[in-house]
Amino acid sequence: MAKFQSVPHDSAHKHVTGEAIYVDDLPCLPGLLHLQPGLSTRAHAKITKLDLSAVRAAPGVVCVLTAHDIPGTNDVSPTGTGDDPVFAGDEVVYAGQAIFAVAATSLAAARHAAALAIIEYEDLPAILTIADARAAKADLEPEQLMFMGSTEESLRFAQHVIIGNLRVGGQDHFYLESQGAECIPGEDGDLSITSSTQHPSEVQHLIAHLLNKHSHDVRVHLRRMGGGFGGKETQAALIAAMTALASHKTGRPARLVLDRDDDMVMTGKRHDFEIDYKVGFDDRGQLSGIYLDLASRCGCSMDLSAAINDRAMFHADNAYFLNNADITSRRFRTNTVSNTAFRGFGGPQGMIAIERVMDAIALHLGKDPLEVRKVNLYNKMGRDFTPYGQRVMDNVAPQIIEDLEARADYAARRAAVRAFNASHKYVRRGIALTPVKFGISFTTTFLNQAGALVHVYADGSVHLNHGGTEMGQGLNTKIAQIVAEEFQIDFAKVKITATDTDKVPNTSATAASSGTDLNGMAAQRAAQTIKSHLADFAAKEAECAAKDVIFENGHVRAGAKEWTFEALVKAAYMARISLSSTGFYATPDIHYDREKHTGKPFYYYAYGAALSEVEIDVLTGESKILRVDIVHDVGKSLNPALDIGQIEGGFVQGAGWLTCEELVFDDQGVLRTHAPSTYKIPACSDRPDVFNVTLYEDGENTKDTIHKSKAVGEPPFMLAISVFSAITDAVASVGNYKTLPDLHAPATPEAILRAITALQQAGET
Amino acid sequence: MRNIVSFTLNGKAVELQNPDPTQTLLNWLRQSRTLTGTKEGCAEGDCGACTVVIGDPNATPTWQAMNACIVFLPTLDGKTVITVEGVAKDGNLHPVQRALVEHHGSQCGFCTPGFVMSLYAHYRNDGAVDEETLNDVLAGNLCRCTGYAPIIRAAKAMYDYPKVEEIALTAATKQDTLALSMTDPLTGTKKQYFAPQTLDALAALYTDHPDATILAGGTDVGLWVTKKHAVLETLIDIGRVAGFAEIAQDKNKLSIGAGARYANAYAALGNLHPTLGEMVRRIGSTQIRNAGTIGGNIANGSPIGDMPPPLIALGAILVLRKGETRRRIALEDFFIAYGQQDLAPGEFVEAVIVPKPDPSTRFAVYKISKRFDQDISALCGAFFVRLQGEDVSEARFAFGGMAAIPARAKAAEAALIGKAWSETNLRAAMTALAQDFTPLSDMRASADYRLQAAQNLMWKFYLGEDAPYLAREMHHG
Repeated sequence: MAKFQSVPHDSAHKHVTGEAIYVDDLPCLPGLLHLQPGLSTRAHAKITKLDLSAVRAAPGVVCVLTAHDIPGTNDVSPTGTGDDPVFAGDEVVYAGQAIFAVAATSLAAARHAAALAIIEYEDLPAILTIADARAAKADLEPEQLMFMGSTEESLRFAQHVIIGNLRVGGQDHFYLESQGAECIPGEDGDLSITSSTQHPSEVQHLIAHLLNKHSHDVRVHLRRMGGGFGGKETQAALIAAMTALASHKTGRPARLVLDRDDDMVMTGKRHDFEIDYKVGFDDRGQLSGIYLDLASRCGCSMDLSAAINDRAMFHADNAYFLNNADITSRRFRTNTVSNTAFRGFGGPQGMIAIERVMDAIALHLGKDPLEVRKVNLYNKMGRDFTPYGQRVMDNVAPQIIEDLEARADYAARRAAVRAFNASHKYVRRGIALTPVKFGISFTTTFLNQAGALVHVYADGSVHLNHGGTEMGQGLNTKIAQIVAEEFQIDFAKVKITATDTDKVPNTSATAASSGTDLNGMAAQRAAQTIKSHLADFAAKEAECAAKDVIFENGHVRAGAKEWTFEALVKAAYMARISLSSTGFYATPDIHYDREKHTGKPFYYYAYGAALSEVEIDVLTGESKILRVDIVHDVGKSLNPALDIGQIEGGFVQGAGWLTCEELVFDDQGVLRTHAPSTYKIPACSDRPDVFNVTLYEDGENTKDTIHKSKAVGEPPFMLAISVFSAITDAVASVGNYKTLPDLHAPATPEAILRAITALQQAGET
Repeated sequence: MRNIVSFTLNGKAVELQNPDPTQTLLNWLRQSRTLTGTKEGCAEGDCGACTVVIGDPNATPTWQAMNACIVFLPTLDGKTVITVEGVAKDGNLHPVQRALVEHHGSQCGFCTPGFVMSLYAHYRNDGAVDEETLNDVLAGNLCRCTGYAPIIRAAKAMYDYPKVEEIALTAATKQDTLALSMTDPLTGTKKQYFAPQTLDALAALYTDHPDATILAGGTDVGLWVTKKHAVLETLIDIGRVAGFAEIAQDKNKLSIGAGARYANAYAALGNLHPTLGEMVRRIGSTQIRNAGTIGGNIANGSPIGDMPPPLIALGAILVLRKGETRRRIALEDFFIAYGQQDLAPGEFVEAVIVPKPDPSTRFAVYKISKRFDQDISALCGAFFVRLQGEDVSEARFAFGGMAAIPARAKAAEAALIGKAWSETNLRAAMTALAQDFTPLSDMRASADYRLQAAQNLMWKFYLGEDAPYLAREMHHG
């Protein structure tokens, strides 16, 4: 009934009236304690003195928590690596690491008290940058290698071989709602936690370990987050753990919602990368082989860095057949905040590497970069194997590129850009069309499972619950549409309810763009089970076969009989038929051998392409995105408005990563960009002046996904690589398109001017 | 004298006796009134999630979007406060809200109340809905989910929906001077707040309380409280001083009262030169420009405040007042060293007088920041020359972000004065600029970039009409 329609976000009317509730909006219970953590100011140091007596004595303070107060395991690492303590012990490993937390009767009292701590340090050598870590051989895990063919041989016989490098900055999630949680203690030591998290089950499990409890003692739930983007996949556990510990210790409810600055220094971000390549290719620009080295700054702990860096390797081909490839990956430990999941999960960094290579080849050969890209696309003539051995069976990148080229008038506009540049000295334009191919599935295979719980009440109203979390993407709306479609009832009859570990257990994070694919399928199966009960009942009543029972438009027909959905449900209830069901789904047909980096990690791929046109000021390096055209494949869209919302939003977020968003750590390892005054995400006027987003018309998942749709959360983020390539094109005009600009991301005014200046100086000598 | 702050909140009267003078409107709404629709995203006036609308019959425009996180409660005295909870009437969504719902303008929803309120203020002011205007109206509202496109689509459509009943403006009543006093429960500090109503009263009060903090828009002082957790003992709010925000001009000069807000000085400054208008437009956001004052931007002495460089270049004079005594100094002499201004205890900035450029002069000001709108300058360069025939008779080049104070580039100026306005001489002046400044490297830019870009801005100024500009820059005038 609501399938394929642009139903507005289920909470939209509550968003606009302020009625939508986030953690910090919960009513304050009597006795509620407010928490404020005390943070390390040093990147790597021994704590030689920790005097919290003034903190304890401050007005309103009820207790002060440190590592010594933790009865169980002082660790919230997501993969059991044991390197993410809630509170530091004797040693701090990054500036911003929590050392203690104050619980007080008001937030003001907690913050006032926290500032009274006396902490003395003895500094230890700190590894802050990728270069530091490389020199110190500070690897979190051994270097990983993914390879296909013989790269060495292919380069030996290549017509052209070039080398180059690219530095890519990190990114703060800057969800508008900072991290937060509230814990309410119950009987038997039970804890009920509202957590702004993408991964309630993990928060549950970690808190159980922290407090020597079982998972069944801890309930984690949430209705929504105020943005996540990966930042609340693992990082939420730290905050929730502090509230649980405070409740455990005091028997009182406890809340912690981080101040923005604390959030930005305490919690992990997108990994910054240093990329080196050596690539061989022929006169057409077609790759014969490539050495690609991807080095990342993981920060002080493992977190999800292994999988993130794996995904960078998986996407170092993007939509291209690499022919022969040696993709190496170094994962460096540094004394900076532990980097974590962020929309794309390493994919963007791998993808921008190969897009940089495409631009480098085109400039080397004096060709249109799009021609070089096209000649390297995966195709069926034996050029459909990824470096990890999975065949690309559903490739629509060529069709999407062709569609976009025509829609957005690529050739004429590229010529116009060249003409503009020929007549303008100080303002230059650039244009680029880049594709996206993004693998869908958690590459950690066991995570590809989901559960749902559907109740049909005797009045015909439907209660929907599933393991996914709502962070703005409209997951709940889509899943309610799926359930409404299954029962053939109005969307409004399906009640969306808070994600809750009491209802659906052992869930995976809402991550990897998989929310709808997994939970939608599970919810559909739950609904189908109930529907089959109803159909059996109706068939019996009508004396026909269950397969001949038809659910349509709020009614059920069986033989000569017809009921409204409500009437049939009522009758079924009276006849003692079960009207509640769980549903479960596990993605079929995927496997991966991480030792060898081969297998079939992805169920399918999502595709898209973007054409960006930009303008730069040659004197200052300032830039502006003039126009963006996108064609993106969401399969058969479950909700075009929500899908377009993900594409527009993902694109602008990606453009921010590559232009104005710059994380700056000082030489002591202290983050200097920890608030919106210093860390600049795109503002309203930064969106493209002209912004045309089209869903790929022929889109249909070749795999049996929910209604043949495709995941959309992450892939559009990488469409913004076209902005970086377009800026590269604009800068290259300064050197008459002879040289690849030494431009690195983010392309701030400073980075752009530096690249321009280098070209100008090279031109003079 | 009175110790009761009174205003209306969503149409209902509120009276607060001796409230904490530095309690923010945001915290009060959320904690004391459980109106949690107004969100905290940053507590520093940079994200707009806490935007509320304040109606003031004496303000232009009447309905002002403000960041509740840095509005202190007593400043609301006599005003009409509307939060997101007060926009819909009896469950009927306001056109702004309907438009946002139907155009899919919310995703996670956390920033949405702020967008609603910025657009609501604009709606009630009958504002235009072209994209350029909307970019400006919404520059102070960050959204991380939507990429803004659907929000703009909604804003363009907001007048298409049927009108609904809206909360009326409360007529401000002339009341006694507000004077508050209370003891801070955490620190035991006695906190006082005064809102004088005349310049003479302000001058007398500040003479009596020279250690007081002068509160204007609170766009800086607010952060001392929300971020540094400073306890401010005595506040003197200049927001009610009659005539303090006056903007007057004659043929030769523009006089701006120190209490004039950016929003109100924008037109007059833009008339001096289009690039100056563009500079003011890019200061903060609508919310910040509705609050922050020209005087505050000068008096706080920041090396990266955006007003001092263009005003110095234009040769602005400050009028300083202490008690009954006034003195005038050149703006450039006001800044002595980082955090140190030429201000005696009890002395305050009363007005700034800006000579108008005449046809024998050239002027321009440029700002460079990582983000175009609503960012703090990495670098600001303002340039003024007077030409006699071919020769430069007068030059004032002033920079922000190049030194510990806003400062002139004397060596660069000297390289041009008495010389022809030519490419060769300009290039020499650019080289000389390196003697003027040893800029810092920080999170906004490196020293090298600052110097190179500053030199290039001089070149941009020389190019004049041929200077490059990007499609995004507004060209006024």
